[in-house]
Amino acid sequence: MDMIGQGVISAYQLLASADSEIFEVALLTLKVSLSATAISVLFGVPFGLWLAFRDFGSKHIFSSLVNFGMGLPPVVVGLVVSLLLWRYGPLGGLGLMYTPAAMVIAQAVIAMPIVAGLTFAAILSITPKFRWQLLSLGATPLQACWLLVKEARLGLMAAVIAGFGRVVSEVGASMMVGGNIKGQTRVLTTATVMEVGKGNYDMAMAISFILLVAAYSIVVLLTYLQHGGKSVR
Amino acid sequence: MRKLCSLVLMLMLIVFSGCAMSTSQQGKTNPPAPANKDIILATTTSTQDSGLLDVLLPVFESKTGYKIKTIAVGTGQALAMGEKGEADILLVHAPDAEKKVVAAGSAVNRKLVMHNDFILVGPPNDAALIKGKNVTEALTALAKIQASFISRGDDSGTHKMEKSLWKRINITPASPWYKEAGAGMGQTLKIADEKQAYTLSDRATYLAQKKNLSLEVLVEGDAKLLNIYHVMEVNPAKFSKANNAGAKAFIDFLLSAEGQSLISTFGKDKFGQPLFFADGGKTEKDIGL
Repeated sequence: MDMIGQGVISAYQLLASADSEIFEVALLTLKVSLSATAISVLFGVPFGLWLAFRDFGSKHIFSSLVNFGMGLPPVVVGLVVSLLLWRYGPLGGLGLMYTPAAMVIAQAVIAMPIVAGLTFAAILSITPKFRWQLLSLGATPLQACWLLVKEARLGLMAAVIAGFGRVVSEVGASMMVGGNIKGQTRVLTTATVMEVGKGNYDMAMAISFILLVAAYSIVVLLTYLQHGGKSVR
Repeated sequence: MRKLCSLVLMLMLIVFSGCAMSTSQQGKTNPPAPANKDIILATTTSTQDSGLLDVLLPVFESKTGYKIKTIAVGTGQALAMGEKGEADILLVHAPDAEKKVVAAGSAVNRKLVMHNDFILVGPPNDAALIKGKNVTEALTALAKIQASFISRGDDSGTHKMEKSLWKRINITPASPWYKEAGAGMGQTLKIADEKQAYTLSDRATYLAQKKNLSLEVLVEGDAKLLNIYHVMEVNPAKFSKANNAGAKAFIDFLLSAEGQSLISTFGKDKFGQPLFFADGGKTEKDIGL
């Protein structure tokens, strides 16, 4: 128990002493995870909408695949992305291995099924009659789609929050494709693993607290947006 | 609607500011930048976990303008990266396995850098009474009473050393008293500590972890327990993408008077004893093999 209290104290000391290294690590963590979330939203939301609106025979196969993808193990994603990005891999010419860009790619792949799956579920939770009603009242399919998105806003923001939460807490893929390189690809999760390896449990605890605080501030912001700028009802 | 737009805009902004920042960071290197300044160093966890690289790398980087990407993994994995041409330099500690990689033509210019030693550590009550024995007697005693032993089990240099020691006394240790952790040295020591078991550790990691452990050093100083670190260049004739100029520059620095003195003084202030002994320019015979 002592260790936890000590962790809070050293976390505070680290932040108070303006240790630029820990700020850099925290900043990179947010940059990488927010970029990955943005990319996953860019692809995942349209895919979820497409899945929800289209009626075709093999729809249940797609939706089960998306649901399965929501639990995609980060280490598997990390392994596959490294095999692709290695110097002598198919995409080796890009020189992306062990860079923050590689971490963004891996994290975006991890978050995308979550965003797509929860978008799909959010739209389905609205009665299909609503869409038919909109269409019969003369809305174009695009307008109907937009109104449905607005209606499902809470669920869609939940998808974004879940996607962000997954990637910011992820360590396996970031370690594999980033390499935990000091000053380049070290993020809060991989730094925690390394400090544990070094036996610096108080430092590891301190970094964990900084991770929790950073992640929570982003989620507070997203939750505020989720409720349309009003306080939570 | 407007909220959603502003959210998307905000995320975009963060992405772009991130891109802008990373390019501006790349621009600021003081010494004349080498043509290809990224070097990938595949190395064992002990060089990172002991803190040695944190001392060596900044000096080298500010001197030459190179940027080292350290990938700290077990020696087995580090050598595998070299065999696939996915690294430029290998700094590892498993001489027999290293020789195979050199013989296969994947690495060249293998040079002795430094050594320290392995130690057998165990609970203070030492049920198997191995304290002060040599390593052969000690392991035989452990197997005899089937004392709990935690193995790294991750094909690292330490794991290779431990396997070769068991092989030397013709004992095949087995479950349930012999447990494979599949973890790094720091974590393996912690597991051994929690389970009051014996384990083989490199001295550097043990000293760095000592503050969290009740385990004691029971067997040390046996010539069989030397832990020898070599450095190698990944063969540029085999892998054209390897940054050989960078690899040569780093190895020259490691073996230079400055690099060697950084190694030999590292840890003295913190642990009262050096963690590594510098061996630049020596051969294995010089250190008693």
